[in-house]
Amino acid sequence: MNQSVTYIVKGRRQRRYRWILVTGLLLALACLLSCGMLLLGSTMYPAQDVFHVLMGEDISGVSFAVETIRLPRMLAGLFAGFAFGISGHTFQTMLRNPLASPDVIGITAGSSAAAVFCILILHASGTVVSIASVISGLITVLLIYIFSKGKTFSIGRLILVGIGMQAMLNALVSYLLLVGAQQDIPSALRWLNGSLNGSQMDELPPLMITVLFVAPIVIALGKHVSILELGEEAATTLGLHTDRTRMMLIVGAVSLLALATATTGPIAFVAFLSGPIAKRLVGVGLSNAIPAGLVGVNLVLGADLIGQFAFEVRYPVGVITGILGAPYLIFLLTRMNRKGNVS
Amino acid sequence: MKSAHVFEAEETVAGYDNETIIHGVNLSIPSNKISVMIGANACGKSTLLKTMARLIKPSSGQITLDGQSIDKIPAKQLARVLGMLPQSPIVPEGITVSDLVGRGRFPHQSFFGGWSKKDYEAVAEAMDIMNVTALSDNHIDELSGGQRQRVWIAMALAQQTDILFLDEPTTFLDITYQVEILDLLTDLNQKYGTTIVMVLHDINLSARYADHIFALKQGQLLAEGEPSKVMTSALIKEIFGLDCTVIKDPISGSPSIVPIGRHHVYDDIFSLNKGKSVTS
Repeated sequence: MNQSVTYIVKGRRQRRYRWILVTGLLLALACLLSCGMLLLGSTMYPAQDVFHVLMGEDISGVSFAVETIRLPRMLAGLFAGFAFGISGHTFQTMLRNPLASPDVIGITAGSSAAAVFCILILHASGTVVSIASVISGLITVLLIYIFSKGKTFSIGRLILVGIGMQAMLNALVSYLLLVGAQQDIPSALRWLNGSLNGSQMDELPPLMITVLFVAPIVIALGKHVSILELGEEAATTLGLHTDRTRMMLIVGAVSLLALATATTGPIAFVAFLSGPIAKRLVGVGLSNAIPAGLVGVNLVLGADLIGQFAFEVRYPVGVITGILGAPYLIFLLTRMNRKGNVS
Repeated sequence: MKSAHVFEAEETVAGYDNETIIHGVNLSIPSNKISVMIGANACGKSTLLKTMARLIKPSSGQITLDGQSIDKIPAKQLARVLGMLPQSPIVPEGITVSDLVGRGRFPHQSFFGGWSKKDYEAVAEAMDIMNVTALSDNHIDELSGGQRQRVWIAMALAQQTDILFLDEPTTFLDITYQVEILDLLTDLNQKYGTTIVMVLHDINLSARYADHIFALKQGQLLAEGEPSKVMTSALIKEIFGLDCTVIKDPISGSPSIVPIGRHHVYDDIFSLNKGKSVTS
């Protein structure tokens, strides 16, 4: 038996090393991309000038570019990416299906619609927008649940209902944009696809606070998620309060998602892609919430840098992530079709 | 040796949504023994098992463990005494054997804590008993049906409960693996005194491996006791509506039923029976 213990310890340790290695590399990449966000721009400033500005010095020209434009843009991408990644991973794991991502089944669209309504029509800001988008996201979850309930629970039906909700809510967003922002193409783009353009420092605190307080809770529930994954019956017999756990996870994940959406717009497919990419990199067994969040950060920052500098025209981040995500969505849908069900 | 418990169903009525399936069952699970619930399809044996494992809430009556109603016992505390292998648990995609077995440690772990030495030992022991240690780093998807079932049972064993419920642990397995699983469960019962309660489809294997039989019909307990006392052709007729003769299992000495159909019956022995079925 001692031999068996050693054997099991060895296997677990290997998986843990891989987790630490991958997470470390993702973190390093995120730092690199964050630096890139601060250093790159239409005017290149020396790295030490940028550093001095961040430390609080005032250097004419550099201060404006870094403090007013690049730093808020970088922070918005960083926090939104982390929130999208964790939120998507949580839904996908909880519902045991990569298609059950909040940006596929309409939850993001629900938050987005509320944010657009508050900002463009009511001209509200800050707390009101945050609260409205969280509540709207939760209402969307509830509606999807009610519409897909049927006699027995079916994840396939839930996803199809969610895709319908998504289409409806996106139509609503388009309508609100037509009414409220006829002349304002940048803001329209932001609410259709997500963008870091025009991120401002004073818009960020609600998102940052939510990520700092809610993300740790969702991450700490990783072990509970892994029990929930075994199915309702097995989880219950292992002593997990399944309803309570699910409720906490949904509220947490929707809060993260809604605040990120209210800040940057629904950056296409980041929530959808982060979990599966993290899973591919880390493997299964340990909780992947943190790697998924970091993949989200890297996707958003990387895509934003590509969108800003790789082409003649500057594209908002959501256009680039959309191009990345669409093929994967098609791949999953064809696989679902081949197997005859959504699983 | 696992501790003895008084585990009882009292006037239990249970079912799904609007449909009542269990109609007032009273029973007491014999401690440190192997009990098997038998009955025709849809007689409520799985439902009763699930109700006793608090997967279904009884609409009246109650399930008590050592005199305390199970819905009053904190979830994790109950999960350290009573474990259950559901009929179709879900395999998370790409998970390895030892990680899956390790999830059985959940009721013993704190909110933040990682794996303790005790956790590793329990997992190793469970995997050794079920003979799956060598598969430790394999993915579940790579295993055969019999191996997979042994891994699931190992997960339930890692939970280290005194009482273990299994809902049709041998369904969909080849006969070789059915016998293998039942032998392993018997080892477990004999070595550790684990109280085992399971639902089985095969009557003769039930009679062979059970210390105690609960026979159910239409949501009610029809008979219970040692297989040699309970298993009569009259009971089988009553439960399954099947004519049979009961012989002594040449290997185990337990009762073994031999069904009597309309065909392939010796004229000289059962001419009466055959005559009946031809006219009816």
